[in-house]
Amino acid sequence: MQSNHNRFVTRDRNWHPPAYAPGYKTSIARSPQQALMSMQQPTASELTGPDFSHLRMGSYDNDLLMNFTQGEGLPQGERIILFGRVMDQFGKPVPHTLVEMWQANAGGRYRHKKDAYLAPLDPHFGGVGRCLTDDQGFYRFRTIKPGPYPWPNDVNSWRPAHIHVSVMGPSISSRLITQMYFEGDPLIPLCPIVHTLKDPEAVETMVGRLDMANSKPMDCLAYRFDIVVRGELQTYFENQ
Amino acid sequence: MMKQPNTQPMSELMLRETASQTAGPYVHIGLALAAAGNPERDEEIWSEMVKPDASGEHIEVVGTVIDGNGDLVRDAFLEAWQADAEGNYQSDYDLRKPFNSFGRTATTFDHGSEWSLKTIKPGAVVHPNGKLMAPHINLAIFARGVNIHLQTRLYFDDEVEANRECPVLSRVESDNRRQTLIAKREEAGGVIRYRFDIRLQGPGETIFFDF
Repeated sequence: MQSNHNRFVTRDRNWHPPAYAPGYKTSIARSPQQALMSMQQPTASELTGPDFSHLRMGSYDNDLLMNFTQGEGLPQGERIILFGRVMDQFGKPVPHTLVEMWQANAGGRYRHKKDAYLAPLDPHFGGVGRCLTDDQGFYRFRTIKPGPYPWPNDVNSWRPAHIHVSVMGPSISSRLITQMYFEGDPLIPLCPIVHTLKDPEAVETMVGRLDMANSKPMDCLAYRFDIVVRGELQTYFENQ
Repeated sequence: MMKQPNTQPMSELMLRETASQTAGPYVHIGLALAAAGNPERDEEIWSEMVKPDASGEHIEVVGTVIDGNGDLVRDAFLEAWQADAEGNYQSDYDLRKPFNSFGRTATTFDHGSEWSLKTIKPGAVVHPNGKLMAPHINLAIFARGVNIHLQTRLYFDDEVEANRECPVLSRVESDNRRQTLIAKREEAGGVIRYRFDIRLQGPGETIFFDF
């Protein structure tokens, strides 16, 4: 029996951050030392993945201004639209794929039982969103711009403002979690987690761009963040 | 003038993949709301992959994640992808179905810090070479300090013959390393449970795959 699942462009592991990146101290004891085992012939196990088209979403799941209190009160902070297109490496849109995101509030505090930063929780902000991309691969969230916050790495390390973004894509081979940073943030070049990437162009893939055309006058700014997942190859010559 | 988009070219024909970053210590607020202590939405993607009427052998899969110092990783988040009892991946995720091929779990902040999944034992899946791969669950591990998720396979210790014939498992040259992919069966209170501890680094380091 032949597998008829499409394959994907090989993931360039020199483009992504290495497992061992000592400037980010937690990676030191959490990075494998053995070589990864390469699967030259991927199977259905790698080339298939979940389709979340039937996951029932709440009406505010992609609206972080509303979803924690169902609109009873608005959160503090700069109101923004975060949107973009999920596409593969050939520029082909990825429709109906699950995009999830989470973030700190405007003061840089996460609503998480382990976050004890001085900045207070915002009673009107949870910090989680999800949506499916539309027919053209676009996703859209409404939220507030998160604040930077200090973290224990070097003596005085600060995270640039960022939003964690998770995308599934067409199979578990395209699974990706990244962080979106904000164009022009002076903390980006100082961040040890950003520095896990060797190539400045790789950092650029994670920087959302201010998009005045899509902002709403007297309401909110917009940031555009396109997400590129591994290119899906068409299957030819499979019965060789 | 057009602004430079955040996507980057790889060649004239292709784009670069968006770069990975760690899921961080607070991944739970986004992908594992109950583990963060936050209210859940109507439908969450979580660790019960089966309903009681799902066909197949109902099992639990549990384990820890251990770092290079031998300490428990308490903030790990995992995703599972597996075939149904007949060996088919069910791509359509729907909580009204008796079984879903996809699940999520996390280690915990309490003493034992175990992740767990309720599922069925998967059937054998056909390899492109026509042979059968032994039953297995694909796992992805995300955590603070993990810059790009780690991918492994969980096999079952009571599938001796199938494991020996598996075209993927049999490619592992080191018998010691092959053992890191094999979950151990234990029965407790009528529950069939398989234990699979994941070692990120050092002695007994789990095999992680690139695909």
